[in-house]
Amino acid sequence: MNLTDLEKSILCGDTGTAGERMAMEIVTEAGRMLGAEQLVEIESSHIDGCLYHGDSGALFCEKLVEGKARVSVPTTTNVGALNLMDPRQCRLPEPQRKMALRLMVAHTRMGCAPSWTCAPYQAGARPAAGSQIAWGESNAVAFANTVLGARTNRYGDFLDIACAITGRAPYYGLHKSENRVATLVIDISGLPDTLVRQDAFFPVLGSLIGRLAGETVCVVDGLPGGATDDQLKSLCAGAAATGAVGLVHIAGVTPEAQTVDMALAGRPPAKVIRISHEMIIESRNQLSAAVSGSIDSVALGSPHFSIDECRQLLALAQQRRFSVPVYVCLGRHTIEALENENLLQAMKTLGVVFVVDTCVVVTPILPDEPGVMMTNSAKFAHYASGNTGHQPVFGTLADCVASAQSGHIQWNQSVWSAQ
Amino acid sequence: MSWQAEVLFEGTASGEVLRLDQAISFWGGVNPATSEIVLAGHPQKGLYVEDRILVIPQLVGSSSSSAVMLELIYKQKSPSALVLGGRDAILPIGVLVARQMQWLTIPVLLMDELPFNTGDHISIPTG
Repeated sequence: MNLTDLEKSILCGDTGTAGERMAMEIVTEAGRMLGAEQLVEIESSHIDGCLYHGDSGALFCEKLVEGKARVSVPTTTNVGALNLMDPRQCRLPEPQRKMALRLMVAHTRMGCAPSWTCAPYQAGARPAAGSQIAWGESNAVAFANTVLGARTNRYGDFLDIACAITGRAPYYGLHKSENRVATLVIDISGLPDTLVRQDAFFPVLGSLIGRLAGETVCVVDGLPGGATDDQLKSLCAGAAATGAVGLVHIAGVTPEAQTVDMALAGRPPAKVIRISHEMIIESRNQLSAAVSGSIDSVALGSPHFSIDECRQLLALAQQRRFSVPVYVCLGRHTIEALENENLLQAMKTLGVVFVVDTCVVVTPILPDEPGVMMTNSAKFAHYASGNTGHQPVFGTLADCVASAQSGHIQWNQSVWSAQ
Repeated sequence: MSWQAEVLFEGTASGEVLRLDQAISFWGGVNPATSEIVLAGHPQKGLYVEDRILVIPQLVGSSSSSAVMLELIYKQKSPSALVLGGRDAILPIGVLVARQMQWLTIPVLLMDELPFNTGDHISIPTG
């Protein structure tokens, strides 16, 4: 690898702390294994490694802290395993609980901003188009590449914090322009115009894209203008849950793909897939394990619920209380915004259970007894049964609210009409 | 039988091969405390990767798999070697961090063609 004098000097211990040397060794070794020829300087990082998977990760981060490692670029944290604002909510037993906390604390001691959210791009972290970054958390990676036009690979445990400390990442994959060129066109122009504007269409399309594209860079053709941040968020999360998707060009949305031709770099696509109404319905149906009967809970906020989504929830509920727990997973930045708008109490009165700093599919919060969990999130639907034992039912936010009020699955099928 | 591989991490190992018949993400697919393959529907569900020369033709990458790899090494439940069929850093990063923690490390090899089958006994002498 071609390393700069500074990078070499850190590696051999002449410059910097012991922790910085460990981090540089991880970044350069990863680069070597991936076949990168050099490192690239990054402008920000988002750390997925603060979620507890075992004591070893915490011990590693504490060794970095002992070695005086500090992040050298603005760095946000993804969800941890604990709700630090309501520690009793999560039923993680000791001694794992203590280690999960030590892991989160080690990250703040290295200078990470304690955002504890999987939607950092809605908590102020909006890297500029074309900027090089090293982000973890699959949905955040997809959003940063797709919507913001920033450049990141799918970073994960240990490499993410090592990049944040060194301010560098191996220069390969989606950091390089030539690897960002789409070869697959996903054509949605044949779908009904009303359908492609529905909030619930986006996560369903996303999970279909993840299955069709996998690691292949694709471009979506035919999405009308005006898609909201929250709609694009749910599309990216759905795609990254079902496939190893890092970048989905959306013509007219992705900064480097204002047209399909730009995404393809002027070349003919290797493949074009025309999405039919039936494919959307089938993709939607795959997100549900039940079609009728009672539900035990509703889980919202994967990725973390935004202030706009909270407002929508309140508008749909019309002050009619929920008869099952409605878990709303969000970052503390949104709690603060709700407080400022005096909406927090209104949501609590409805029966909302706030899950802050974490979410219900990464740590034990849902009851141990398996139940039926309704959601408007493709990502929750994808991970629910494997991670929690609860069976998912997918619906629109309006369906989720109506079902939470009645305690039974309520579906408004007109949203999905072929007309 | 002799063969050649690119060495991602040096080391020696010998023992029985476990070749994964279907792609797996270590995160969600392998129990980090016991090394058991736990992925629902996986044809080798119920087998343990501990002490096996683990041959992985195809990777699927939850990037949290680095953490599972490190935890297996920490708990002394890790495979005795990894032989990868594709270039990837996720599992090797777990091995690298283990080395930095001065825990046991294992050899990691990369090969285009993987001539090994489950039950074969092989030696890796790359030390």
